[in-house]
Amino acid sequence: MFKIVKKEILAENTKRFDIEAKWIAKKCLPGQFVILRIDEKGERIPLTIADFDRNRGIITIVVQEVGKTTFQLGEMNKGDEILDFIGPLGNSSEIEKFGKVICIGGGVGIAPIYPIARALKEKGNNITSIIGAKTKNLLFWEEKMKKVSDEVIVTTDDGGYGRKGVVTIPLKEILEKEKVDRVVAIGPPIMMKFAAKTTLPYKVKTIASLNSIMVDGTGMCGACRCKIGEETRFACVDGPEFDAHLVDFDLLISRQKMYLSEEKKSLERHRGEI
Amino acid sequence: MRTPMPEQDSKERTKNFNEVAFGYDEEDAVEEANRCLNCKKPLCVKGCPVEIDISCFIRFIKEKKFKEAISKIKEKNTLPGICGRVCPQETQCEQLCILGKKGEPVAIGRLERFAADWERKKGVKIPKKIGTTDKVAVVGSGPAGLTCAAELAKLGYSVTIFESLHKTGGVLMYGIPEFRMPKAIVEAEISYIQQIGVEIKTDVVVGKSITVDELLQEYDAVFIGTGAGLPMFMHIPNENLNGVYSANEFLTRVNLMNAYKFPEYDTPVRVGQRVAVVGAGNVAMDSARTSLRLGAEQVFIVYRRSEKEMPARKEEVEHAKEEGVRFMLLINPVKIFGDEQGFVKRMECIRMRLGEPDESGRRRPLPIKGSEFTMDVDTVIVAIGQRPNPLVPKTIKGLEIGKHGNIITDEDGRTSIDAVFAGGDIATGAATVISAMGMGKKSAEAIDRYIREK
Repeated sequence: MFKIVKKEILAENTKRFDIEAKWIAKKCLPGQFVILRIDEKGERIPLTIADFDRNRGIITIVVQEVGKTTFQLGEMNKGDEILDFIGPLGNSSEIEKFGKVICIGGGVGIAPIYPIARALKEKGNNITSIIGAKTKNLLFWEEKMKKVSDEVIVTTDDGGYGRKGVVTIPLKEILEKEKVDRVVAIGPPIMMKFAAKTTLPYKVKTIASLNSIMVDGTGMCGACRCKIGEETRFACVDGPEFDAHLVDFDLLISRQKMYLSEEKKSLERHRGEI
Repeated sequence: MRTPMPEQDSKERTKNFNEVAFGYDEEDAVEEANRCLNCKKPLCVKGCPVEIDISCFIRFIKEKKFKEAISKIKEKNTLPGICGRVCPQETQCEQLCILGKKGEPVAIGRLERFAADWERKKGVKIPKKIGTTDKVAVVGSGPAGLTCAAELAKLGYSVTIFESLHKTGGVLMYGIPEFRMPKAIVEAEISYIQQIGVEIKTDVVVGKSITVDELLQEYDAVFIGTGAGLPMFMHIPNENLNGVYSANEFLTRVNLMNAYKFPEYDTPVRVGQRVAVVGAGNVAMDSARTSLRLGAEQVFIVYRRSEKEMPARKEEVEHAKEEGVRFMLLINPVKIFGDEQGFVKRMECIRMRLGEPDESGRRRPLPIKGSEFTMDVDTVIVAIGQRPNPLVPKTIKGLEIGKHGNIITDEDGRTSIDAVFAGGDIATGAATVISAMGMGKKSAEAIDRYIREK
């Protein structure tokens, strides 16, 4: 059992949990993920690690409530225990001195971009972070991002806070203006797809972290298979980060919809119970 | 003629996940045991990878000494309820039975299962623990790991199993369906292994959560039994459409995650009306029969060779046929088509003929030009084999690995690294439960020698 030692509401339907997981906290690196299962009847869902504290043995995850499992998790509190918490899984981000790096976090993707930006900053990179959300009340961790970035640009789709529009607008402006050595984008697949499209003409290496459906997370099932160039790869063991210019985002989007009707049914059933 | 196995009716059983074969009762078992000639030099035992004294345990059953029978089996085999169900006895012990020359061999597997089930119902006796200070880590809790751990515990070692999934049992839990291998049996036999002193840690992904090098700092030896968990795909166009599953994913969802009880359990599985299962091994039969139970109207086994070459156990093929699975033989998929939403709709196949034997000794299937046709399907399950899972081997520096990703070992499970042993599918490539157990056992003996001589 894995204990929740802290819960914090970060934004609308977005919650932060600090979970006691010594082994994982000792080992994990930015870019890796965990798989959790809340209880005996629960499903296994992957979540990218948002932060870690090696001394205290704590893993931080940020969860946006979209389906049954994430809503159920959102109802849990400090002191509650999660049945299974497995990791760290997947490969870690490539952390080198690249020079100028743009870190893009879209929606709940702000959480996993944070430890990556921090590690890149510690390596001596110049970091511009672009964080975006649909509306102001979905935005979080602006202050945290400021601490690990040289500059932070905030966008909201409706213009209610920061710049109006999507993250690719300031991205394009920077690319026009100066030499960028690397872009790391984490967020909804559609955002990552357009971030990749934006950087392609400038030939800037762009990394995306794929949030595919997974079961075991150790390369056994192939639920998370994705197309990278001409090859089929598993996001769990070959990723989750890939060269965004090679990713077939349309396939990722389509595969994420595999269980849409079942997910709806499961959530409705859950809501009926509480 | 052997005593028939009582079974669930084939029409009834496709509507549930309950075990198909009920097992012998005492009367059936004694009747079947009485067929055994108790040969002076029994051949059957030579066919058993774990060398059970078959003739002796059958004699005990004849004499209705069931307790003695199961004790005799357990001297060599800690997982009798599992082996009695899923061992391919027909190519092992039973194949060598002298009665098989003229008629049917003694049903050794069914008798083994009977003895194990009898004991479980009566309450399992736990032998006393003998403690030593030497510690062994076992990676993976499938048949190889469980057997290795149990054998070492019996020798007095302090053994810890590390399992990456949340449940113990490996393929016995995620792969083999409830109707063939009830989870309660697996759990009971694992519980026995725990009671003789083996500690099990689930949710630990060795290679990620902790490395083998780190384990070696704390343990005197490490046994790797991480199985053949890497699913193979056909590499044909549109294989990534929704509705195309690896058999591993399909079976894991149903068996490990209980997707057949969705929405009571949270994990879903999608099975349409027309299911094509590609391949003809035991995993393919399990996938096909599971699809029927999940409500598919028509289920096809699509196999590129003929019935003779099918790798599945005969019993499994018979069961699948009885339940209404249709066999499309000498047919190979070439392309999959989907709808606008990215779901499978059709599959194009080509007819095959058999040519000269290939390296496997089976006749090589060759496509017949111009014989392409399409079939309407809404689910495709790819069951063409599994490769050793590279996750653990990849993270051990200096470990010698074969071309299919298998760990190279000698016949006692020694790897290229001192104190590291391996066995089961991770060393041999995909094989059977019992061969993995045989190697787990041999490795346990080698680990014992290694630690004593150190």
